Amino acid sequence: MTLYFTKDHEWIRVEGDTATVGISDHAQAALGDIVFAEVPEAGRALTKGGEAAVVESVKAASDVYAPASGEVIEGNAALVDDPALVNREPEGGGWFFSMRLSDPTELDGMMDEGAYREWCKTL
Amino acid sequence: METPLSETLLSETGERPLQLPLDAWHRARGARMVPFAGYEMPVQYEGIIAEHLWTRSSAGLFDVSHMGQLIVHGDQADAALESLLPGELKLLNDGRLRYSVLLDEDGGIVDDLMATRRGGHFYVVVNGATKHDDLEVMRLRLPRTVIDHMHEQALLALQGPRAVQVLERLIPGVAELSFMQGAAFTIAGKPAWVSRSGYTGEDGFEISIAASAAEEVAEAITADPFVKPIGLGARDSLRLEAGLPLYGHDLDRATTPIMADLGFVIGKRRRAEGGFSGALRILAELEQGAPQRRIGFTLDGRQPVREGARILDAEGNEVGRVTSGGFSPSLQRPIGMGYVATHLSEAGSVLMLEQRGKLFYATVAPMPFVPHRYHRKAAA
Repeated sequence: MTLYFTKDHEWIRVEGDTATVGISDHAQAALGDIVFAEVPEAGRALTKGGEAAVVESVKAASDVYAPASGEVIEGNAALVDDPALVNREPEGGGWFFSMRLSDPTELDGMMDEGAYREWCKTL
Repeated sequence: METPLSETLLSETGERPLQLPLDAWHRARGARMVPFAGYEMPVQYEGIIAEHLWTRSSAGLFDVSHMGQLIVHGDQADAALESLLPGELKLLNDGRLRYSVLLDEDGGIVDDLMATRRGGHFYVVVNGATKHDDLEVMRLRLPRTVIDHMHEQALLALQGPRAVQVLERLIPGVAELSFMQGAAFTIAGKPAWVSRSGYTGEDGFEISIAASAAEEVAEAITADPFVKPIGLGARDSLRLEAGLPLYGHDLDRATTPIMADLGFVIGKRRRAEGGFSGALRILAELEQGAPQRRIGFTLDGRQPVREGARILDAEGNEVGRVTSGGFSPSLQRPIGMGYVATHLSEAGSVLMLEQRGKLFYATVAPMPFVPHRYHRKAAA
């Protein structure tokens, strides 16, 4: 199992050719109270860097991008009723969707956890 | 939509704004500071929803020192102001506040404000983002009236159901004020002008003090365990629930008091006499109605529809725009304000809103969304 992060503050946890995607603790803290999340439905095709989900705080709406290409296995239904789960467990129970990767080599060169946390300190 | 998280997170930084007298005090309390109206302002401390609900149930202290505090001098200050504002000021009693709007020649709203008769002058509080423009407009159009900008004055607001018991301990007698009344007091040994007013829909007070006294006064007030400091984020969600318009969003020069559903700002005598900026248009709109009207709306589900979204009729024609939208922490649902064609503005009308290519059904709702709890005394 490997954990990567994007410069758009998504994380992707990879196991073989499947992966789970969410937003980082840094992102949820900066957004503040999250009041709405829209997750993709199973079967939807995602393109690396394309819009995959929506997250809205009290103040603003943002896109969550697909860190890699592939097909959605499942959107996290728990977020629909309890979007604040993203604030409480951003890198755990507050995941947005799981997916089957079409090209795992797309992950090459992405930041690992240590590199991401260091990079956040520079923002 | 095209708003990556990295951008949403970044959009809170920008060029260097001015600092509030309480800047260090806010930072020491964990505030996240963002540029707003030319100042670095605390947007939140522990979180917008928690701060919002705290204000509705206890008492919140807001730093609104970015707002413009003006003095309009002279015996004729009421007459001078009445040429720019549609309110009854000549009959306004000493120590009484009036909510009003500064109008341009066409009746468009230049700003909304609070004017108080204070002995021989009027004390006027205007919005922070517009204060310099307001001063320019007032000085240009009232050339014989002296208007001072109180640069060195801070303004704090204490709002919520426990505000009165908290402030009465620090200022014995302040509880005697009724809604929209003000008087001079002393707080923490410092002279203060205190009025019973605010921007949350709750009972509460606004406290004008010298900038040099701001920290001591803020300390004295927040020493009470019923009080927490509250940021701009909750100020916005509280005023939206209270149905109160925000200048630059729900009001601007393209809106008139009638369009904005603020007909109450036009005094009875002023309706008969006119004589204020834009009176011709505004009195005609008062008689015949305006083509558009500010409304409140509620949405099902949880997703807010925000400022800028288009409002459509059943055939898909654009009939207005959303001017404020957000999630109501008290009601746990999205609410908003906007302008629509007047024939669609009745409570219960169903509107279609379009945001980023997605359609939402909204229902026109009476405002306030959350009832006001002002301290009004029975008429004597």
